[in-house]
Amino acid sequence: MKMLSRKASCDSHGQDSSYFLGWQEYEKNPYHEVQNPNGIIQMGLAENQLSFDLLESWLASNTDALGLKRNGRSVFRELALFQDYHGFPAFKNELVEFMAKLRGYKVAFDPNKLVLMAGSTSANEILMFCLAEPGEAFLLPTPYYPGFDRDLKWRTGVEIVPIHCSSSNDFRITACALEEAYQRAQKLNLKVKGVLVTNPSNPLGSTLNRDELNHLIDFAIKKEVHIISDEIYSGTVFDSPSFISITEAVMEKHVDHETDLLGRIHIVYSLSKDLGLPGFRVGMIYSNNETVVAAATKMSSFGLVSSQTQFLLSNMLSDKKFTSKYIKENQRRLKKRKDMLVSGLRSAGIGCAKSNAGLFCWVDMRYLLRSDTFEAEKELWKRILFEVGLNISPGSSCHCSEPGWFRVCFANMSQETLKVAIRRIEVFAESSSSASGRENLSHQRSVRNSRRSLSKWVFPISSYNDHEPADR
Amino acid sequence: MKPLSRKATCNTHGQDSSYFLGWQKYENNPFDEVRNPNGIIQMGLAENQLSFDILESWLDMNPDAAGFKRDGNSIFRELALFQDYHGLPACKKALVEFMAEIRGNKVTFDPSRLVLTAGSTSANETLMFCLAEAGEAFLLPTPYYPGFDRDLKWRTGVEIVPIHCTSSNGFRITASALEEAYQGARKRNLRVKGVLVTNPSNPLGTTLSLSELNLLLDFITAKDIHLISDEIYSGTVFSSPGFVSVMEVLNGYENTEVWNRVHIVYSLSKDLGLPGFRIGAIYSNDEMVVAAATKMSSFGLVSSQTQYLLSALLSDKNFTKKYLFENQERLKQRHKMLVMGLQKARISCLKSNAGLFCWVDMRPLLHSNTFESEMELWKKIVYDVRLNISPGSSCHCTEPGWFRVCFANMSEATLNLAMQRLKKFVVDSTTNNSNNRSLDHYYSAKNSKKKSLIPKWSLIPKWVFRLSSRDRDRESSDER
Repeated sequence: MKMLSRKASCDSHGQDSSYFLGWQEYEKNPYHEVQNPNGIIQMGLAENQLSFDLLESWLASNTDALGLKRNGRSVFRELALFQDYHGFPAFKNELVEFMAKLRGYKVAFDPNKLVLMAGSTSANEILMFCLAEPGEAFLLPTPYYPGFDRDLKWRTGVEIVPIHCSSSNDFRITACALEEAYQRAQKLNLKVKGVLVTNPSNPLGSTLNRDELNHLIDFAIKKEVHIISDEIYSGTVFDSPSFISITEAVMEKHVDHETDLLGRIHIVYSLSKDLGLPGFRVGMIYSNNETVVAAATKMSSFGLVSSQTQFLLSNMLSDKKFTSKYIKENQRRLKKRKDMLVSGLRSAGIGCAKSNAGLFCWVDMRYLLRSDTFEAEKELWKRILFEVGLNISPGSSCHCSEPGWFRVCFANMSQETLKVAIRRIEVFAESSSSASGRENLSHQRSVRNSRRSLSKWVFPISSYNDHEPADR
Repeated sequence: MKPLSRKATCNTHGQDSSYFLGWQKYENNPFDEVRNPNGIIQMGLAENQLSFDILESWLDMNPDAAGFKRDGNSIFRELALFQDYHGLPACKKALVEFMAEIRGNKVTFDPSRLVLTAGSTSANETLMFCLAEAGEAFLLPTPYYPGFDRDLKWRTGVEIVPIHCTSSNGFRITASALEEAYQGARKRNLRVKGVLVTNPSNPLGTTLSLSELNLLLDFITAKDIHLISDEIYSGTVFSSPGFVSVMEVLNGYENTEVWNRVHIVYSLSKDLGLPGFRIGAIYSNDEMVVAAATKMSSFGLVSSQTQYLLSALLSDKNFTKKYLFENQERLKQRHKMLVMGLQKARISCLKSNAGLFCWVDMRPLLHSNTFESEMELWKKIVYDVRLNISPGSSCHCTEPGWFRVCFANMSEATLNLAMQRLKKFVVDSTTNNSNNRSLDHYYSAKNSKKKSLIPKWSLIPKWVFRLSSRDRDRESSDER
């Protein structure tokens, strides 16, 4: 008899073994300004390391929060025993306030509709368990965060059907692409339960515009499906156009209440990106649907947030002066870094998708491909890893339908390190263009309209490597 | 089209709505020594509140541990970014050493085989996902922790088949009960993937005997299945016989087939009284289980802030030694207080040596040997006596009349008061309801023969328990 479940044994290093290779190579030879200046620079980790000083200075002036004290008196016992899956009330109050602030107070949130759990990894999986049966499907616009293949599908049995987006219109979601994805799912006998979008997008680094949001809303009304909006990067919007949350878009459309749409809108959020605290495991689901809130609350038992952490962060977020200062300064620093990377790439003759958010750029290296294929993309990626010494994420790992795009992170290293990385790219681009000839170069640089779709419509459970939790 | 999944909507207030009402009653009228001395005393919560002072004093002397500092230097950034599902190495090392210490260092554990999870709730569910397909089954001895119905079954689709244990032999697991459960599962076309035991037991408060452990190992060897030993209460063993972990029995069986099929679940929620911090763990000798569980822990990692605090706390061997000893002494005292208080009320309980509760025999107080009668008695105890205790039926006990009563989640004075209320209730009951005869008859029968008065026809008819309704909002904090 099979000893272990299929879920436990399907853990093969499958298609993306090269992706795993990247991580391995980095671990063997990590860059260090002093100790290993020729090492590989990590640019595949979407971490926000730019504003720790602000957090640390707050902590230094608020030792009670660390020491589990309130007004000088220990609340250790209370916290040690607090395992109520309704969450620490003070913390939820602060979180909804913080979320509203990030949205310019254009929307207000009710703490009773917020459910806390250990990270948005947990939040996304819980929503799948609540909204879909095994074998049912969610539509996701490509390119998307590789971790979704595990988070949404592994233990839930839910399928992902991609909504193909292409560079011809800056990877925007179109009504036509939505419908096409839906039809494809139908042909595969997959019942579509909803659409999941990341807004701002990972890996694109751009916020959804009003048209896209309206397409989603129209689609969700017509097909009577859910919308999950993963707004984990909402605090990293550093440039115009400003962030439009799904809630705001729904309100602006004055959607007829009979459509029940509000009960099918769910937001996922986390403090991993905006505050740079992935280690603390703070994720949440916001839903107007009482049944979803009730079920998700109970499911959060399988991954509650440590009360020690809830207490610390409720204190931090209650300091409104601090949060205002933090949000503003953090966004300023992110913009500066992004501008640095973009201009550095430009001087190397490399363009990237226009972006206004996130911790990364979506970089166009199509012209450096030997051919317009994913094999060529993999080859290029390996060269960048081994010759240039940069670990970046190939678009194929994000299920992008066109070869040649790469996600390059800019917020997980010092400014100096970023400069070193840019210099290396410049040198590489220079040598690549002189090697392949300028004609070839300009031909490949021209905008392509043809899409290279991946052969599979529906992605099986992808293998993932040992570093996935840090991939986001 | 159904908008939500079955998992989300199967949340009905089912059979036990009176149980739900009882909890509500407590929530509306909770006892407070000063502000509400006539309120309901909570005795249904298996929390360890006896040794916080020891923890607090350690925290006072070691502010760096909570202050994100190591040797005076800030490690905030490192911790803020640490989300590696392999866990903080220092935390795992300290935890396995603590686990070994609890077992008298008769076993050693390898930190690379430990997987950290946000609580044992997460650990148990993760093991189900790893070891069984939806529709397969695990055997559990009754009575068992009510939360298992949700933790093991809800999202996994795994079934629980009970191994019936009875008071005739102190609720010990027998070879015939194991076999009977296994055959029962087969008759229902359920493939059995393993046995899950809690050792020390919740709700019995007893440690498994060496012969039970050997029986279990023989059984899983013969049937080629897994054994999960939830040892969450291992640090609460306060008197003899001492605790024997299943790992101890496996000493000498390294790298055999059976060695790979035994998995331990642990947590700091009971021993250290830290349920809010969400520290659970799976320990397995099977590499594939460790690998899969490690990845699954992504869905419930332990906060790095908390991992760091714990690594500092548990690496302090002076602290752990002192804590374990003192905590056990205090539990022993409280246990004695409860047992004696019950005795004064002419109520007996199962002889126990661990846990945060007693398994109390209130069968003499039942009007009839039925679960309806147990529910009636329970309501009286909640509404009239004003004690919230857990009825055995919620633990799937096959015999009516047993209740789990906690003793470590309140002050001594409160426990004394609870005992006084109970004594008064029993005295009033025997005076008013002429239960005199049944009580005396019960005791004389008990003394004359070991044969139980309770006939076996009262066994619960269902072999497999349907997903029980989770009808109270306090699930995460109750009962364990």
